[in-house]
Amino acid sequence: MTITDPKISSNGQSDLSKSADLPEDADQWTAKIRHVAVEALPPQRLLPDRQPAYVASWIYVFGVTTVAALGVVIATGLVLSIMGPNWWHVSSTGLFVNSLHMWSVEVFFFAMVIHLWGKFFMAAWRGRRRATWITGVISFLVSVGAAFTGYLSQQNFDSQWISTQAKDGINSTGAGAIFNVTNFGQMIMWHIVLLPLVVVALVGIHVLMVRLRGVVPPFAAKGETPGADMAGADSDGATSGAEVPA
Amino acid sequence: MQSIALVVGTLFGSLINLNHPGNYIHWGFIQMSYSNLLVIILMVIVFFAAILIPFKTHKNKGADR
Ligand code: HEM
Repeated sequence: MTITDPKISSNGQSDLSKSADLPEDADQWTAKIRHVAVEALPPQRLLPDRQPAYVASWIYVFGVTTVAALGVVIATGLVLSIMGPNWWHVSSTGLFVNSLHMWSVEVFFFAMVIHLWGKFFMAAWRGRRRATWITGVISFLVSVGAAFTGYLSQQNFDSQWISTQAKDGINSTGAGAIFNVTNFGQMIMWHIVLLPLVVVALVGIHVLMVRLRGVVPPFAAKGETPGADMAGADSDGATSGAEVPA
Repeated sequence: MQSIALVVGTLFGSLINLNHPGNYIHWGFIQMSYSNLLVIILMVIVFFAAILIPFKTHKNKGADR
């Protein structure tokens, strides 16, 4: 028996469609998960080349602006972690990266709020897109927590003021027993480990949900049949299966 | 680097003097710094700009363009 790499076709060029020729054990959990995943999000749907015509508006740019800002927040945050507080408080390069971190957070929230206003006024939760909206809401709330613990990690008078004000509010809820805003070690761990993990995971699910459902079609104009221009979709553009509206 | 920071700092410092306690607006129980109000106004402006400014697309790529 000759063993050939099925991804390499005879002319030596890689051919993705042939990867299906790899041996498969249909009863294994790996195969089952793969089938469910590929059926829900085939590569062309996961990273499409085109979007419906109505997506040609600046209002659709703010989701990806938020993702880009989050990328800068995380990259600069990693640099701050590598170099440490003596660097970011004292050296001018450190202060610069610290400022990049802070201002990219400003851009992140700025873009996120315009994004959510846009989605609110187009009622983008229509057509089985509830989960997209809800993961957005939770991302927003968790991001506020991430920013809050960031302000507590500044190690200056500002952060002392914020923590001593916040402790009374949080103690009045009872949560102060486990979440102590004057505990610097705990706050910086929430800021650089726990909350970033949650935000990134939520954004991942959020964007996958958008790919899964397709971009919501706009409301029909007066006198128009809703969704008439969308093959295989109901009036809210809820597609049931593989086809993506062109 | 230090000198660049000094120059940039002086330039912006002469534009907006931040070396004083913040200014706040008071609308009944609503209290907000002017900087936060400015950010909210900017978000509203950018929101309407995003809706009104036409978005250039690639021409002749398909029937839906
Ligand atoms: C961490 C912050 C967020 C990021 C990174 C993010 C990212 C994105 C991206 C990239 C898209 C697709 C492109 C677009 O339409 O802009 C999207 C769609 C969407 N976002 Fe967000 N988003 C965030 C927060 C929110 C919030 C706070 C809400 C609402 C409460 C929200 C609601 C939605 C909805 C409903 C859609 C789907 C629109 C559709 O199906 O047509 N997102 N988001």
